[in-house]
Amino acid sequence: MAEYHMTTPLSDEDVSKLEAGDIVYLNGTIYTARDAAHKRLVDLIEKGEQLPFDLKGSVIYFVGPTPPKPGEPIGSAGPTTSYRMDSYSPILIEHGQKGMIGKGKRNEAVKEACKKYKAVYFGATGGAGALIAKAIKKAEVIAYPELGPEAIRKLEVEEFPVTVINDTHGNDLYEMGRAKYEVKD
Amino acid sequence: MRQIAYDDLVKSVKAMVMHTASHLPEDALAAIEKAYEEEQSEVAKSVLKQILDNAHLASEEDRPLCQDTGLAVYFINVGEDVKVVGGSIRDAINQATEEAYKEGYLRASTCDCFDRHNLKDEVGYNLPAVIHFDIVPGDRIEIEYAAKGGGSENVSRATVLAPAQGKEGIKNFVKQVISDAGPNPCPPIIVGVGIGGTFEVAAKSSKHALFREAGTPNPNPDLDAFEKELKEELNKLGIGAMGMGGTQTVLAVHIEKNPCHIASLPVSVNVQCHSSRHSHITL
Repeated sequence: MAEYHMTTPLSDEDVSKLEAGDIVYLNGTIYTARDAAHKRLVDLIEKGEQLPFDLKGSVIYFVGPTPPKPGEPIGSAGPTTSYRMDSYSPILIEHGQKGMIGKGKRNEAVKEACKKYKAVYFGATGGAGALIAKAIKKAEVIAYPELGPEAIRKLEVEEFPVTVINDTHGNDLYEMGRAKYEVKD
Repeated sequence: MRQIAYDDLVKSVKAMVMHTASHLPEDALAAIEKAYEEEQSEVAKSVLKQILDNAHLASEEDRPLCQDTGLAVYFINVGEDVKVVGGSIRDAINQATEEAYKEGYLRASTCDCFDRHNLKDEVGYNLPAVIHFDIVPGDRIEIEYAAKGGGSENVSRATVLAPAQGKEGIKNFVKQVISDAGPNPCPPIIVGVGIGGTFEVAAKSSKHALFREAGTPNPNPDLDAFEKELKEELNKLGIGAMGMGGTQTVLAVHIEKNPCHIASLPVSVNVQCHSSRHSHITL
């Protein structure tokens, strides 16, 4: 279990050295998107139109934050459950996305895309929204403001703590962790 | 007949809702602290530490514990000898919910089922509240409240077993639901189990079971023993905090049981994430 400090955009080399269970502190720009925004991004790709941000090397955080209090960049901002993005993530990964941050299991298609196109799925601690918000220094809605909490935001983060769940080698921390502690009768 | 002013009801409920969003109740905090002490996996332990740090930070700085500030769920027992004057109880609860969510900078999460658009501008900010009323003897209004997140609700399941499947069938069903849920509902979790009644009574009971303080015994000794047995079984799954693998997956199992039809054995499992935000007031 290694520890890394990385700055976005991430390269193939960055993500290839990561293994399930590693702790990564992310710095730089990351983007937020949930189901509704993912659907729009995939629609744009299918139509061959330009996306609201550069996918190459990008990290997308699955989050719908609470509204910020006056003077603060963002409200509480922990991860949402990731499986709802499973049907969209492989297409974004194929087009250059390198990292996803969420919580919960991904399907085989996502894991396969992580292997084939070199991308990783990071887990953040669900329900730690107040704590995680401390790592977010700036937030700006850059697309789909009408989606409210589901709009795409550009976040500037410092030492944003995540754990590698699915790496580029096909490992899955959820399966590994559970296998280690499961008691079979 | 005792009277309660509409505005007083709104004020009390609103204060409770705002407070609950950022203050994890003592019972949940104590249960997580215990899990932290007992956890064997270092990775899961570090997750539990983050969860505890988050709870302290949220409380100190009055920030929502989680960005999913939930749907507002209420169980309300209205005494037969009390009347709210100046408006209806339902309106008061909805008004208190809307004001608390807006003024507390909480997230509005109610949407249309099909086109998924947020209903904050037409129905109201995070409205409608989910309200389960009951009429009881007395001149008090008892209000139990929970901010119920979507992630743990999504893995909840109900079924109707054949009577012959009995306790073993219930155990297998609960185990399957929690095993399938894995990391998704933000473990360590509290598991509410509704047994008996009709299909919807089982579901409602499984929700209400989550309102009991974690760590308190079930008043029925048989059910208390069954709860402990289920908790032990579920912790053998090895899911651990946030699914990273570990010995502490379930903080508590709470069961509510009702008489049922001779042909049926309804069972419902409602899951509560570790951010078990609940509160109650009596007026």
